[in-house]
Order: sequence, then structure tokens, then C-alpha cells
Amino acid sequence: MSIRIRNITKQFGDFTALKNVSLDVPSGSLLALLGPSGSGKTTLLRIIAGLEQADAGSILVEDEDVSQQSARDREVGFVFQHYALFKQMSVFENVAFGMRVRHVAAAEVRTRVNELLHLVRLEGLGNRYPSELSGGQRQRVALARALAVKPRLLLLDEPFGALDAKVRQELRTWLRNLHEEMQVTTVFVTHDQEEAFEVADQVVVMRQGNIEQSGTPQDVFDHPATPFVMDFLGHVNVFHGRLESGQMHMSGFAMEYPEYQQTQSRDATAYVRPHEVELNRTPQGETSLPVRVVHVNPAGPVTRVRLLSDVFGAALNVDLSPGRYHELALRPGDQVFATPKRVRVFLPEDYAI
Amino acid sequence: MWFSKKTQRVLPGFKTSLGYTLTVLTLLLLLPLAACLFKAAALSPAQFFAAVGTRRAIATYVLSFGASFVAAVINVGIGLLLAWVLVRYEFWGRRLLDSLIDLPFALPTSVAGLVFSSLLVKKGWYGQLLVPLGISAAYSRLGIVIVLVFVGLPFVVRTVQPVLESLEGDTEEAAAMLGASRWQTLWRVLLPALRPSLMTGFALSFARGLGEYGSVVFISANIPYKTEIAPVLIVAQLEEFKYAEATAIALVLMAMSLVSLAFVNWLERRSRRYAP
Repeated sequence: MSIRIRNITKQFGDFTALKNVSLDVPSGSLLALLGPSGSGKTTLLRIIAGLEQADAGSILVEDEDVSQQSARDREVGFVFQHYALFKQMSVFENVAFGMRVRHVAAAEVRTRVNELLHLVRLEGLGNRYPSELSGGQRQRVALARALAVKPRLLLLDEPFGALDAKVRQELRTWLRNLHEEMQVTTVFVTHDQEEAFEVADQVVVMRQGNIEQSGTPQDVFDHPATPFVMDFLGHVNVFHGRLESGQMHMSGFAMEYPEYQQTQSRDATAYVRPHEVELNRTPQGETSLPVRVVHVNPAGPVTRVRLLSDVFGAALNVDLSPGRYHELALRPGDQVFATPKRVRVFLPEDYAI
Repeated sequence: MWFSKKTQRVLPGFKTSLGYTLTVLTLLLLLPLAACLFKAAALSPAQFFAAVGTRRAIATYVLSFGASFVAAVINVGIGLLLAWVLVRYEFWGRRLLDSLIDLPFALPTSVAGLVFSSLLVKKGWYGQLLVPLGISAAYSRLGIVIVLVFVGLPFVVRTVQPVLESLEGDTEEAAAMLGASRWQTLWRVLLPALRPSLMTGFALSFARGLGEYGSVVFISANIPYKTEIAPVLIVAQLEEFKYAEATAIALVLMAMSLVSLAFVNWLERRSRRYAP
């Protein structure tokens, strides 16, 4: 089922949670609403679910306007951040709840619940109570419960937010696989860009009640539309300078920027990701910046190097592959040359070139 | 071994505080109970059973337990509703209403008995309306139930209120998302979650009813076989200087209360199985 969100606006008192938001979620897709807290992502999810009423705008599910329908009539599966399981019911009864209130025959309920417990890998735990389960298990019960009623859409609010790193990683992969299997249109909210990129086929970055950018994870990561998106999706090095005739000039050093060929000079900000900077022992033309190694952290899949530019008086972060790190044999205090391989320039009025 | 010296506790004074608790318990509870037993032991078994098994005594047990039970059931209903209103809604005067709930704790129960009997007699405010309908509550069993409801109500409200406050709103939302109607959410999600606290409230209100004396004396005419409750019978026996007989009845009352409270506790614990 596809979802079409049309001009949704929502106010909470003086606070505008959503400003005229429109978005299409194609049928069968897995979409992440990504943003910092207060960006309106959870409000949007709750409006799709019917748990919150929009002040203006409409929600269409497969051409049917559901804006006026109550939550219980929308046939939407919702997974809450803190699971919201029924504590006094066993796992089995939690999963069965949606069918019980619809008066589904007992035999059918039994078959379906067992099927779902198998799907979420909780066979044999049907008689346990939520308090007897781990966080990851509870979240899977919540998911099984939401899926039991064969929802048209599946919505998840920060589904893995309350879990520890390892369980979160497992559940992400598992949710991805589950989605391939079930093909239910799924929207989930997260503030963790890594989670969004890993799980979703479409990422929507939100900020202050607006959609900042939407696209495939690769699109959004490689072509961030705004400085906010650039900054929000991973670490960046920021340089301020002037743009002129295909070059970005910063005090004492310049970077190639062929996209801007006008001779008229203007202020601009350049963003460089840490893994898109090369380090060398010798200068590589005029785009190289002399820097001093301050700190090296070789733990992890990339070696993080912190450098200080004496020209700028500013810090620079660079991620190196372990191989390159060993070649260079960097020590704190070493003088090296940094060459940005890829630069994104944003002009002050947020006009991306 | 819990007295072992190797056990290091963050908070000191385990032995002292346990000793203190046991001393106080002994002085306040166990010794008086033993004295009661001792007094009743002055009777031979045959005399004992004769004293506690008279038709008049049995009628008082039935009335005491029956009226307390009915009052506790009514209290569960009214108390739940009151707690719900106090927790779920913001309205003018909520704070005042909330503090009024405790009034029956503080009010001498004899005052409650007097007030209710003056209200329920033929010329009283309630009596004017009720008596023409054939309901004469003053000096009747109905009157007893009414005052027991009054004295027991705060117990239910105060046990249910915190649990209701702690129920997360998202469980109700979850129920709605799964297609439950409001009625189904109440019946299948909220009430089961409140059941343990409702049972505790029931047990406390019931126990309070069994022990109540002051208010009942004023509202029931204390007519043997009709409106005489067990505590009143005990006092009546004492006034006739039948100390041993009085304590024998007290013992029976106590034993029955213990059994019924233990039963309610057991039910409550069973329904709390899911709690962490």
C-alpha cells in the first residue's frame, strides 16, 4: 500500500511541529524518517497512524483518504519506542490481542500466533510475560503483535532506540530481512543516520518540521542538498572562504571547484568528509594544506587522525584506511600535507551549486 | 547465613532495626493476641463452642462478613471511578477533591455514624426521599453497608490511584492501533492491569469493615439477629461481665478475618504473576 502525505501541518500550542509537509511512500518500500529530536519525525509518524490529528492536510493510503479515520480503523501496525506491551498478558496473548478484539476463531488465532512467534524467533516463549524477556525480545513481541492483524502499513517509532548496540545491530539486519519477506510498506523513525542508511531504501531527512531532503541512502549521503544534511550525516570538516573562477580560496590555500566558473567572487562554505581527504608526506600541488598531526586513533575499521592546520589555526579530522596509515607511519607532531579529494560548497543562502 | 559477619551491607544496622521491629511487633501485636488466647482458654472446649456457636453469635458473623463484603464490592466500583477521574482529568477543584478523599481516615467514625443516621431517618435529607420509596436505611442493614462504604472508600482510591498514574498512555494507544474499541481497551487492557491494586483495595476496605465499630453502633439499632454486628456483640458480652465469652467470639472473628485476608492476598499475588 502506498502512502501519500499531502501538505500536513501540525501545531502544538506555539510550537509548529510540521510545516506543510508532503511526501510519497511507494508501496512495499522501507522508508526512514531521519532527524534530530524536535524535527517533527515522530509527529508525522503518529499522524500517519491516526494517533495525532493534523491541523491541515491529508493522508492517503492507496488513494483512500484516511485523514478522518480513527487509529483503530486505519489497519496500521504500530511499534512503540518503549514496546507498550500489555504487561499482564503472556507473550502469546499480546500477539493474539488484535485478533481477539476482532473475534477471530481460537484455532485460527493459535495458528497465526505460532506462525508469528516463529517469524520473530520467539517459539516456545509464548507463555512468558513481558517482564521475563530481554529488551530485544520485547521489541520482537511488539513487532509480532503489530503484524498479527495483517496491517496495510507498518510504522515504527525509534524501534531500536532503547536497546544496546549489539542487539540493535542484530535487529536492524533482521528487520531488513523481515521486510524483504513480508513486503509491507514500512515507515520508521530514527535519529541514528547509520540505522537509517543500513535499513531503509529511502531516507527522508527532517529538520524543524520540514523535509530537508529525501532520496535513497546513497543519494542523500553523496549529494546532500543542504549544509544541514551534510552535517547531520556523519562528520565533516568545514572551511570558510571565497569562491571564484573554479577555485575555492581559503587563507593560504585553495581547492579546485570547477562547478563555479563565474569570475565574480563570493563567500562560501566548503564541507569535506574525513574519509575524502588524502594525507601525504610531500605537497601535491597548490591544493595541499600543510598540517601537523595532533592525535592518531588506530582502533576500529578506520584510523582517525586529528590534525591542526597552522595556517588556519583550525582542526581537521581525517579517516585513513589502516593500510594507508601503516604506509605513512604517522606520529603525533609529524608535518604532512592534506589534499581534499572531494569538496562540497554551499553558498550562504543555502543555494547548492 | 543472614547473620554471617562476612555480609557487608551498604546501609548498616540490619540487626538493630530487625530487633527493633520484632520488639515493637511483639509488644503491639503478638502479646495482645496471646493475652486474648489466654483469656479465652479459661473456657473448656465445650463452653467455648457454646459461647461462639449461639444463634445470636452466628447471626453477627454473617452480618459482619456480609455487610463488609458488600461494602467492599461497592467501594471497588466507586473507588475505581473516583481514582480514574482524579488521575485522568484536569478540572477545577481537583486538588480539593483529592484531599477530601482522605476525610474518612481522619473523621471519628462515630461522627460518620451520627451524620448518616440523621440523614437517613424519616425526616433527614436522604430519608425524606428514600423512606416514601420504602427504603428505610437508618437502623437497618442497609445503613450498616452505607457507613462501611464511607469508611472504606479511601482505601480503594488510594491503592488504585498510583497504579493508574503509572500506566503508560502508550499501552492504550497500542490497543487502539490493534483495533480495540474503547470498551475493549478498558475491559481487556486497563482493568486487568488494575486488578491487583483493586484487590488490595478490596481487602483493605473489607478488613476495615470487619473491624468497624463506632459508626455502626450509631446507625444500626443493634438488634440481636437483625442489625447486630460481631464487635457490638463482643461489647454486649463485656457489659454482662462475660469476659471469656467475649474473647472467644473475638478469637473466632480474628481467625475468620485472617483466613479471608489470606485468601484475598493469595488471589492478589496470583494475579500479580507478571510483575517483575
